[in-house]
Amino acid sequence: MNDVESLADWIALACLLTGAFLCLTAGVGLLRFPDVLSRMHAGTKPQVMGVLLIMVGGAIRLSGWSATWMLLLVAVFQLITAPVNAHMVSRIAYRRGHVGRDSLFVDELGVAPRGAEVTAGEEGRRGDQPADAPIGDETEPQVDEDDGAGDQAVDEPAREPRG
Amino acid sequence: MTVIDSPVRRLRLRLPLIVWLVLIWNLLWGTWSWANLITGLLVALTVTVVLPLPAVTGGGRLHPVAALYFLGHFLVNLIVSSAQVAWQTLRPSGIRQSAVLLVQLRTDSDLLLSVIAQTLTLVPGSMVMDLDRRRMTLGVHVLDVGDEADVERQRADVLATERRVVRAFGSAADIARLDQEPPRGHAAAPATTEPTR
Repeated sequence: MNDVESLADWIALACLLTGAFLCLTAGVGLLRFPDVLSRMHAGTKPQVMGVLLIMVGGAIRLSGWSATWMLLLVAVFQLITAPVNAHMVSRIAYRRGHVGRDSLFVDELGVAPRGAEVTAGEEGRRGDQPADAPIGDETEPQVDEDDGAGDQAVDEPAREPRG
Repeated sequence: MTVIDSPVRRLRLRLPLIVWLVLIWNLLWGTWSWANLITGLLVALTVTVVLPLPAVTGGGRLHPVAALYFLGHFLVNLIVSSAQVAWQTLRPSGIRQSAVLLVQLRTDSDLLLSVIAQTLTLVPGSMVMDLDRRRMTLGVHVLDVGDEADVERQRADVLATERRVVRAFGSAADIARLDQEPPRGHAAAPATTEPTR
């Protein structure tokens, strides 16, 4: 074995090990982070970089271009799909109220003037909801209060302690 | 104005997708040959005719130097952000609070907004949660925020990413819009609307 080959092997080794380590930290992040939104950070960044490094290591180590092209495709699609996946999951989690509200420093989406969906999200400021809770659950109490009281003045003190 | 549905224009709008599909087909086979090219072309045409997607209109143009700058920046950011999140998962103190920001963008193009959102999820700190196409606002989740300065730094980062993407792929009008005032100032909006609730 000549020097060039062993150098390439060492680089491939470093890439594979670093990539595997990053994927491991993605898994650790899923366990250690407090809520869905933070976990999606762990599931995208170290995860994507880990897969990319493993692909690079594989491309160096495997001989033949045919495998390299396949690895390139895997890398490209990982880059394209992982953010979309994180976006969809976190968006649904946020709108369903699976957010530890006390772990948020600011929440500009909740107080901003927006459509009906986000108003429902703001009413759900009580922390995590069970996954099988009905969607209307967060808005229903407010509607009941409005029906019973009939005007704004009674409604307001009732909402004070929550805010 | 030209006729919108002329076949030539339709084909021109569909061309990038066809080229992309042929490329994937060839990469999947692993070898380049005329047979692969022709069968790939047939498959791509079949796919685009049988399963048509809405055409991406208002697609920008490529500025090579700015695109290289963006790509380099993106790769460095990807490495930094994965190292950063990896450290945050492993360090004993864990993470501090996070934040949800509403950032007013200045870009009004489907294609550019998609690229911006994809990029933001992979650069340090931020992850796109929500995109309001009409108002051109992004809901961004930021990991590990300590104080107000962190929040503002992240907001500036988002706008800088937008600027790099638009400089690289935007049309002249998109680039010009970067330096104009945003249509609605969202920074002040929550404070004025909250008491009425």
